[in-house]
Amino acid sequence: MTAADSSSNTSPACGDCVLNNASNLRKLGVDPAGHDIVTAVAGNPNTGKSTVFNALTGLRRHVGNWSGKTVDRAEGSFEYRRRRYKLVDLPGTYSLLSTSHDEDIARDFLLFGRPDVTVVVVDATRLERNLNLVLQILQITDRVVCALNLVDEAERNGLTVDSRHLTRELGVPVVPMTARRGTGMTELLEAVEQVTSGAITTRGKRVQHRDNRVEQAVSRLAERIEGKFPGVVNTRWIALRLLEGDPSVERAVADGTLGELSTAAVIAASSDGNTT
Amino acid sequence: MNRSAILDEAARLRAELDDDFRDGIVESLYTEASRITSTTLSRRESPARTTWDKLLDRALTHRVWGFVVMGALLFGVFWFTIAGAAAPSGLLSTLLVEHGHGWLTRLVAPLHVPEWLTGLLVDGVYLSTAWVVAVMLPPMAIFFPLFTILEDFGYLPRVAFNLDRLFARSGAHGKQALSMMMGYGCNAAGVTSTRIIDSRRERLIAIITNNFSICNGRWPVLILMGTVFLGKLVPPAFAGVVAAGSVVTVAFLGVLVTLLVSWGLSKTVLRGETSVYSLELPPYRPPRIWRTLYTSLIDRTLKVLRRAVTMAAPAGAAIWLISNVTIAEASLAGHLAALLAPLGWLMGLNGLILLAYVVAIPANEIIVPTILMLTLTLGPDLLGADSGVLLELGTAETRTVLVQAGGWTLLTAVNLMLFSLLHNPCGTTILTIWHETRSLKWTTVATLLPVGLGIVVTSLTAAVARSAGWV
Repeated sequence: MTAADSSSNTSPACGDCVLNNASNLRKLGVDPAGHDIVTAVAGNPNTGKSTVFNALTGLRRHVGNWSGKTVDRAEGSFEYRRRRYKLVDLPGTYSLLSTSHDEDIARDFLLFGRPDVTVVVVDATRLERNLNLVLQILQITDRVVCALNLVDEAERNGLTVDSRHLTRELGVPVVPMTARRGTGMTELLEAVEQVTSGAITTRGKRVQHRDNRVEQAVSRLAERIEGKFPGVVNTRWIALRLLEGDPSVERAVADGTLGELSTAAVIAASSDGNTT
Repeated sequence: MNRSAILDEAARLRAELDDDFRDGIVESLYTEASRITSTTLSRRESPARTTWDKLLDRALTHRVWGFVVMGALLFGVFWFTIAGAAAPSGLLSTLLVEHGHGWLTRLVAPLHVPEWLTGLLVDGVYLSTAWVVAVMLPPMAIFFPLFTILEDFGYLPRVAFNLDRLFARSGAHGKQALSMMMGYGCNAAGVTSTRIIDSRRERLIAIITNNFSICNGRWPVLILMGTVFLGKLVPPAFAGVVAAGSVVTVAFLGVLVTLLVSWGLSKTVLRGETSVYSLELPPYRPPRIWRTLYTSLIDRTLKVLRRAVTMAAPAGAAIWLISNVTIAEASLAGHLAALLAPLGWLMGLNGLILLAYVVAIPANEIIVPTILMLTLTLGPDLLGADSGVLLELGTAETRTVLVQAGGWTLLTAVNLMLFSLLHNPCGTTILTIWHETRSLKWTTVATLLPVGLGIVVTSLTAAVARSAGWV
């Protein structure tokens, strides 16, 4: 797959340029036809998830400047470099810990919907609070791209985020962007493409628990889960949820659906519709 | 096989941990987030931009000025809507109703179609659809973009912030202010947006009271009544202001009723604690005017209009039918209106208006054309109209028709404004309430409570006006 594939309209020099990828993006709206890659868009409320969603799919989901605008899950699709993506816009949540309806939708989709990649939209002006969610998502899945949104607003407020350092800390690509104006969108697509194609191997930060006994309990339980459901990737997180008595995770263990979350099952499922 | 062994193991390990181990888990996350932030984020001295934001917030969320600005903005939006919509509405009405209907009639005439069929299609379906387009399109095309710009700017959460204290005092959730604002566009959307409220008790309160936010289907009634009756009470120079003022008054009355009913519910059938929540005040963002205009025109306006039109077409047919099917010397509509007349009189309205509200349950948008058509059909023949045919009317003629053929007074107009605030939600909203609550009991309450309130309130104002000798 080369960058010059579909950029026939531009001059040769531009066509070869890695940055000229706008022509590789085809917005497909809600076209339900076969998709290769499922992409989730998650993040805190009012960080611009719906704006990113709209920019990629060409849909015009209403975007509001208030927390809680998106109360359900929306789906759309786009094609980038001849691979078709299904994009799922999740409701904004501050965490995946407590049990509000929104958090359940987001958390269940990340766990049971098994997205191939999750774009976490992060508000650069409220980095710390947003990172809490990023760290929690990284406990569920490694395949994450962090969209560092609203960098223009952060700049206006005198805040500069070192995105390269953040990439090193989180272990996943961090793309600075201003979704409202469309800047950084190409770089985001590029990162998503590289994570899903395996060109980049992400190694998401896993938070160690400071309390030794919690750490031990989690490790022990994670081993048991590993033994019962071989291939399940996020055993530590599932162990933690079981310790906390999360009902939907308990159900998944009890009825065995957790086994379907193993990497083997994921590869089998995704290769069905895969054309590349 | 023993999957539950894992669950048992989890329970055993949990018992070994301290009670507050969950706090420790959250703390580890927060500490890590804080550490990463401190190493990646660098701060310059706060520039002047922030103070401007803060200054604006201080004014917009001020205990007193916050409410003043809120009133002024709301008034401004309605005034713009009323004043701006008058001319294009008139133009569309001339084009679609006057010329369109005449042209269509002439077109059909040589085809020798049975009279009842042309009556049903041309006079019933076409005219009411044309009417809805002419009456609704211009105000919505102005109202929705203005509202969306306020939303884009970040004003809505400030409104929620201002109203939070009032809602908390009535035992409701502060975020109800947000679902209330959504209800001003469409109650069905408002009911769906109550999902942001987690507590079931408070969510039910928000759903039941959402109908007191006047949706776009009801604005035309208020705007028309305000313009042709209340605006006419003052010299023409002030007519627009008085009309807008009366509409805003009804809207504020809606907020008041919302608070009162929320209070009543939370003290009786929906008792419980008020939840604590955090509301984020997003930074003010310059609205992207062109994009807002485009999306609110395409998405909101046309979507709502499409719904109105699909509802208006069959309703138009229904009205034509009940006006033209005759049983024992009088039309079906006549019988029904006579049946409703005593209740109508009690409420300071009339049987026709109530009949119109029954016909318009599927969609409130068609109230005005239905009332006009029924008045023309059943009242004394003033303008030589055929039965079930909507006449081509400007605002001046509308008043003449209502006063002379319908016997309307100022009380009728005022009570119609009140009743359009306080009556059952439209069919779509009732269905949405059912979907969201899955409870027959609460759907019934949400449907009947407002109309019950409407009957009581209008009967009271009618009784007061009559005993004072105003009418």
